[in-house]
Amino acid sequence: MAHRWTNTLTSADITPKSVWMNRRSVLAGLAGAGALSSVGGVATAEGELTPNTLEEIQSYNNFYEFGTGKGDPAANAGAMDTSGWEVTIDGMVDNPGTYALNDLIGDMTTEERIYRFRCVEAWSMVVPWNGFELADLLNKVGVQSGATHVGFETAVMPEVMIGVQRRVMDFPYVEGLRLDEAMHPLTIMATGIYDEPLANQNGAPMRLVVPWKYGFKSIKSIVRITVTDEQPATSWNTINAREYGFYSNVNPEVNHPRWSQASERVIGGGLFAARKDTLMFNGYPEVASLYDGMDLAANY
Amino acid sequence: MTTLVDTINRFARKVPTWVVYLLLTVPIPLFFYMAATGGLGVEPINSLEREMGEFALKLIVVGLMITPARKYLGLNLLKFRRAIGVMSFVYVVVHLGIWVALDMAFRFEQMWSDIWKRPYITIGMVAFIAMIPLAVTSNNLSLRRMGAASWRKLHKLTYPIAVLGVVHFIMVQKVWEREPMIYLAVIIGLLALRYTSKQKETGVGVRG
Repeated sequence: MAHRWTNTLTSADITPKSVWMNRRSVLAGLAGAGALSSVGGVATAEGELTPNTLEEIQSYNNFYEFGTGKGDPAANAGAMDTSGWEVTIDGMVDNPGTYALNDLIGDMTTEERIYRFRCVEAWSMVVPWNGFELADLLNKVGVQSGATHVGFETAVMPEVMIGVQRRVMDFPYVEGLRLDEAMHPLTIMATGIYDEPLANQNGAPMRLVVPWKYGFKSIKSIVRITVTDEQPATSWNTINAREYGFYSNVNPEVNHPRWSQASERVIGGGLFAARKDTLMFNGYPEVASLYDGMDLAANY
Repeated sequence: MTTLVDTINRFARKVPTWVVYLLLTVPIPLFFYMAATGGLGVEPINSLEREMGEFALKLIVVGLMITPARKYLGLNLLKFRRAIGVMSFVYVVVHLGIWVALDMAFRFEQMWSDIWKRPYITIGMVAFIAMIPLAVTSNNLSLRRMGAASWRKLHKLTYPIAVLGVVHFIMVQKVWEREPMIYLAVIIGLLALRYTSKQKETGVGVRG
């Protein structure tokens, strides 16, 4: 079932920096003419995708269960024991139950997906994930007719989670997708990065990755997946609905009250990292049809 | 206690103020060096920006402590207050400069809309602008020209600046964090001390 979406971006595709620097200046000119949004996306992106180093990906994280500082998850998440991990599948599925992780996903086809990762805080990385399509998992457990949404829940382990102890927000952290978003071939469950198992701070042992949405949608260390016929509650939306919508698609044109989403800074560029223009749907225009006829400013 | 205070006072009398300027300048190149060499992590711009902003707020808090320290503890550090205030402004300028040059990379259009649309940036900018007249008049000539009373009145702007600064700090966080709340509590405490001592002075005439 896997390999429905072909990854056209691999490390071998990386254009030499001198070349893409020139291309970027051409694009900057186009942006001035207001043409960028129409030519944005994959066409501009292929040459620019350079995966971040593992060190960068593992040392700059938001995982509030382990503290609110960017370095806190790397410092604190090591205490989480992911052996014997279980995932509960419930709601409108044919095979509900609590599964040992390996029983649930052991037969999935894992592949590499090099995706842009765009945080709502206006920074971004490029991550070479290893994972499988969420659709495969949902098909395996059997989604019942009438289901419209999928909810996800992160583990809560107060004894090792300093952020949970301090109650920096309500836990468990919950997220959700519309069923068609969840079934989209770009949506994956990641279990590794650079062919290594996920580090705890990256959401071990299994996390969601939805590359066209802001990073907080890509919920980490999942212990529950619920298929429902109503829009599930999502953590940041519950905290501050004005700032964080249910959809939270990357959209440079929709203003966030806290951060302009027009541009982003790519992690790893050091002190003089250039800001680059943010791409519509984070450079994945193939998902646009999911939102046909929707007002993306109202459904942010 | 008294002997300790006396020792500090004696020592402070001997220390020229340029030493304080120098000591408070050193962290700036130090932080830039750390940012450039990986000491502030893989995203040094944001870290550097925050470090400078927080250092400015720290200096504002220390500046607000000088008067109560003399009043209640007998610590006389008044001669360093100007240096502390001026250096807090320097840190705010560096903080703002990092935002303009490194963080926003001179995207003026986006910065301009951010200043108006994002309340925490608006508040930070108001605090910065309010600091300008204080920095400009932080010299003996201005003090003489303005007269002590009106100079002192102008420099009471420090109080709202401190509040704006800490509100800016609180609002930058996505959730209620402990550290900025501690700053807020300390600043409120320091301002309350002034209010109560004023009550005492005008009322019963008790002097600390």
